Amino acid sequence: MVLAPADRAAVLALWRKLGTNVGIYTTEALERTFVAFPSSKTYFLHLNLSPGSAQVRAHGQKVANALILAVNHLDDLPRTLSYLRELHTHKLRVDPVFFKLLCHCLLVTLARHYPGDFSPNMHASLVRFLNHVISALAPSSG
Amino acid sequence: MVHFTTEEKAAVANLWAKVNVEVVGGESLARLPIFCPWTQSFCDSFGNLCTESAIMGNPKVKAHSRKVLNSFRNASKHMDDLKGTFADLSELHCDKLHVDPENLRLLGNMILIVLATHFSKEFTPQMQAAWQKLTNAVASALAHKYH
Repeated sequence: MVLAPADRAAVLALWRKLGTNVGIYTTEALERTFVAFPSSKTYFLHLNLSPGSAQVRAHGQKVANALILAVNHLDDLPRTLSYLRELHTHKLRVDPVFFKLLCHCLLVTLARHYPGDFSPNMHASLVRFLNHVISALAPSSG
Repeated sequence: MVHFTTEEKAAVANLWAKVNVEVVGGESLARLPIFCPWTQSFCDSFGNLCTESAIMGNPKVKAHSRKVLNSFRNASKHMDDLKGTFADLSELHCDKLHVDPENLRLLGNMILIVLATHFSKEFTPQMQAAWQKLTNAVASALAHKYH
């Protein structure tokens, strides 16, 4: 699975704009996932999930780091994210549906913060990028 | 039956009061053919859907989007009986339009994204959760009469 050049360019351009704020947005996406899809909290019962939690912020930064890694290795996501795939599949046993919910909330977060950039084409490019990431993270995620 | 709290109903009503049906509807529906190319088959009679600008400027897309968003507005006034409210539309989408119910859920997600772009400050996690519940419930109500 390879991202088309136009999608790659769009995602890279937006990521440059996000700069060092990726962790802020992934944390917000996590918080949104917990509120909109409460069953998702089942994977985080060991954390303090109250609004503004430092633990959620720390996990948000981990998600951000993974996405930044993905953006910088678009040619080989499966190999780049293999350790995360192993972790999420065999140790944490995360249902791939959770990744889709988190990605949806990330799209809502980015749409909120970058409305002028969130054209239908940018939206579609981001979805295709995030679907690549989900495919690399979860076997048979469809 | 989906139960909406008083706070969720108030949140939905609060944002609805600010929604421009034509703008939000148009932008939401316009994203579907780009996001999900297979949905273009439902819009063969709509004319040019080849590019983003063609879709956004297509008068039939605008007209249909008004219809869809007004239907959602109606849903927000009957949140305690969505299945009853959408019974006829459910039969239409199944028997005449042959729409995959998954596309109804996808359209709901498009509406949320568009609302987020227009109402950045108001679209808190709680606001999103209320609207998410509404769009998911509408999609379920529309799929209810499928057979």
